[in-house]
Amino acid sequence: MKAVEVTGLTVALDDGSVIVDDVSFGLESGQVMGLVGESGSGKSTVALALLGFAKAGANITGGKVVVGGVDLLALSPNELREARKKLIGFVPQDPATALNPALTIRAQLTEGMLGEKKENLPRIREVLETVGLPSDNAFLRRHPQELSGGQQQRVAIAMALGKKPELIVFDEPTTGLDVSTQARVLEMVAGLCADNGMASVFVSHDLAVVGTVGDLVTVMYAGQVLETGSREEVLLSAAHPYSIALLESVPSTRQRLPLVSIPGRAPAAGAKFDGCVFADRCAFVEDRCRDSAPPLVATSTGSSARCLRVEHVLQNQRCLVKEPLPRVESREEDSGSVLSVRNLNASYGRTQVLFDVSFNVAPGETLGVVGESGSGKTTMSRCLIGLHEDQSGIFEMDGKPLPPRLRDRSKEVKQQLQYVFQNPYGSLNPRETIANAVVVPLKHFYGERGKAARDKAKEALERVEIPWRLADRYPAELSGGQRQRVAIARALVCNPSLLICDEITSALDVSVQASVVELLRTLQNDGLSMIFITHNLAVVRSIGDRVIVLSQGRVVESGEVEAVLTAPQHPYTRGLLADTLEVDRSDAETSDLPG
Amino acid sequence: MATETMTEKALEAAPPPSRSRRAALAWPIARRALTGVVTLWCISVIVFVATQAMPGDVAHIILGPGASSEQVAQLNQNLGLDQPLLSQYLDWLGNVLTGNMGDSIVSGQPVSELLSERIFNSATLTVIAMVFIIPLSLVIGLLAAVFRDKLLDRAYLGTSLIVTATPDFVIGSLVIALFGTVVFKVLPPVSLIPPGDAPWEHPRQLVMPLAVMVLVGVTYLSRLVRVSFIDVLESEYVQLAIIKGLSMRRILFLHALPNALAPSIPAASIMAAYTIAGSVVIEYLFAYPGIGSALVDAVAGHDLPMVQAIIMLMAAAFFCFNQLADLLGTLNKSR
Ligand SMILES: Nc1ncnc2c1ncn2[C@@H]1O[C@H](COP(=O)(O)OP(=O)(O)OP(=O)(O)O)[C@@H](O)[C@H]1O
Ligand code: SF4
Ligand SMILES: [Mg+2]
Repeated sequence: MKAVEVTGLTVALDDGSVIVDDVSFGLESGQVMGLVGESGSGKSTVALALLGFAKAGANITGGKVVVGGVDLLALSPNELREARKKLIGFVPQDPATALNPALTIRAQLTEGMLGEKKENLPRIREVLETVGLPSDNAFLRRHPQELSGGQQQRVAIAMALGKKPELIVFDEPTTGLDVSTQARVLEMVAGLCADNGMASVFVSHDLAVVGTVGDLVTVMYAGQVLETGSREEVLLSAAHPYSIALLESVPSTRQRLPLVSIPGRAPAAGAKFDGCVFADRCAFVEDRCRDSAPPLVATSTGSSARCLRVEHVLQNQRCLVKEPLPRVESREEDSGSVLSVRNLNASYGRTQVLFDVSFNVAPGETLGVVGESGSGKTTMSRCLIGLHEDQSGIFEMDGKPLPPRLRDRSKEVKQQLQYVFQNPYGSLNPRETIANAVVVPLKHFYGERGKAARDKAKEALERVEIPWRLADRYPAELSGGQRQRVAIARALVCNPSLLICDEITSALDVSVQASVVELLRTLQNDGLSMIFITHNLAVVRSIGDRVIVLSQGRVVESGEVEAVLTAPQHPYTRGLLADTLEVDRSDAETSDLPG
Repeated sequence: MATETMTEKALEAAPPPSRSRRAALAWPIARRALTGVVTLWCISVIVFVATQAMPGDVAHIILGPGASSEQVAQLNQNLGLDQPLLSQYLDWLGNVLTGNMGDSIVSGQPVSELLSERIFNSATLTVIAMVFIIPLSLVIGLLAAVFRDKLLDRAYLGTSLIVTATPDFVIGSLVIALFGTVVFKVLPPVSLIPPGDAPWEHPRQLVMPLAVMVLVGVTYLSRLVRVSFIDVLESEYVQLAIIKGLSMRRILFLHALPNALAPSIPAASIMAAYTIAGSVVIEYLFAYPGIGSALVDAVAGHDLPMVQAIIMLMAAAFFCFNQLADLLGTLNKSR
């Protein structure tokens, strides 16, 4: 008997729209299944439904979830409560909000356990040590807000492990962690499940993460399972067009590959389909795909896929294999620089966060700035923009001195130096149409208005592939990727000589990230200089010419992207690179991943 | 994400909580004390000017219509009313600051003596009212949140909206009509407490004013409690507690209550401030001998020192509770 057997699980909203449609899978004890999909595909809903739980507004309308021989969905409320207590552990998406701020760690760790208080405490100490946390009384007396993000995450994991459940469900437990903590947590999860013989379901939007921990991988889209199989089957020889497309859009730290985005956007919650849910975005679509919903069928690679043409796809997908992009020629040094920064120091009050940061950006060059959260990346971009008061350093733009404060900068300089932020909501006014958002800087910098301005705005929006018919919409009506494009268009109409992009893809799904990165690549080919700030080494690999690595406010390494990411010199860069997970690819050299 | 971890790092770098919290507390308290002094000073100016501008000449009123103009001038001189306004104000302020509130014009007794019993009576009424309001609001707010959008919750919301929209005066009159006079006549319609007696020696007199205060207070406060409970019940940590298979009792009282309570405490403090302001109407309506009714009498009798003293007192009390609410709120957030 399998440890976990899910059949026909279906979840619908109160209005009847289905958000999880007929999900089935089975797990042996000790096995980890990675559940991957883009935002809104229904991963968290499945994760919660495995505990017989649905959020307010949603209901489990059908199916079976059998854990340890018990069908959870057939139990009375009281029995279900007991079963949750005994059989299943859950690790939430965001421990910062999921741990109770009013209770001590100790209370929250022991309360779900079955046995006597006296036996539980030693058990808890043992588990805390397993997850690499202190287990003394002083630690147990702390409240969640007195722990760091990584510690909170471990406490949440310890909480689920403490009762030795049959099944552990992890809902994106590493999203908020930096790469090195993530690598450690993942290694721990894989080890714990294997050692204790627990089955586990590991939800993530990150293919590399799922590929690292999962023995099995299930790909979800629009509430349906599109492909499921072993890790090798799904990641190395993907059969479903969506799995293939998803893999194509993931950047790699090893090669400068073009990224292929998926056309169109993911369907809204509860959208109705007669045929294949992926038909509108699929490169292999035929008329019959839209007629009837494809069943999940076994493929020749061993996985199961929900696609009518899966064998055809498998034979023809080779044409999609990408050639690495040509190496970027190093640009001439003596052609001057668009921006040069010397000895930039910045602090918040008494704590200094940037120490003697210096770099140049040559014309047409893209400078990648990488570092973990807290390394000072955002402070640096704020300094460049002139928003940070507490700074000292020498800036030069096109050879002319650049005042450090925004208010001292001339209009012309402001127009030349444009920026795009991580969260486009911050820079786009929610009560202003996107056409307006693009027209405003035109008015400000060039005094253009009326028809001429609208024509220019149209041109800029088309350059970022936003069709003009969307021009009268408001930011809230656009997807995250579209909003980022509008923010880029708004910077572009100013005709800047340097564009600063601060983490502009980190809130986006991989397929959307791919489209934004490819958009930036076209701008790069047009000769725009950019500073691209990110924590994601793979994105830098796919777009950067040169890179500087920031650690604790200092530049620890800088150079050509090729050189730095192929043969990093500084231990920090090496560690960062080693901890960055990669999706194994059939065309990439053998990997050295843990797990 | 980036900013989140940045603040996290900043927190880690911060000095141990006990010391920093004490230091963090000192400044808000000092700042509040300072604004308190400035605010009260502004109020003193307003009160002084406003009472001077009250219609009618004090001396005339005291001496009656038959007084000669010499008598009036004499009295004005005795009372210091012939001085320029500014020096009158400075005199008065100086006296107030040294604890001398002046003498009542009507009875000639020191204001502080006249008011001490009234203050005691009002405080008693307010404290007893709060003793009922806080636990009742908690229970009712909790029940409404648990049965959110069910019939019980809707009925409660409807009633409380009606009560809040009705002026205290109208509610009070209805209560008097219902229980004090026309319909049932089970309780005394006025709450006269003989001078020298403590209010609780006359429990029957207290029932109706208390009932009105509690009704108004509970409908207001319990709605706030309901909202904060709903927030908490929808939080991720309550969801996680359900998923862990904990009992409903444990979830409600251990996981939800402390977190829902925190935002309700400043609300309760604001509630106390409003109860002080609202007491004027209620005390007057029930003829309860507190400072609220004393104010009404003093205004009617043109007793300027009394009016000034009472308004300053009420303003100070109102201000204190408001600031307390604010302080509790910030404390809460910094936690
Ligand atoms: N209680 C609810 N009421 C209304 N809509 C809901 C509810 N729960 C989920 N949905 C919708 O169902 C879809 C699936 O949501 P779910 O949270 O499972 O996605 P997810 O894959 O976990 O996404 P993410 O990666 O962003 O966490 C979404 O479109 C969401 O808006
Ligand atoms: S069924 Fe058709 S549309 Fe759907 S994934 Fe397969 S080929 Fe594409
Ligand atoms: Mg989710």
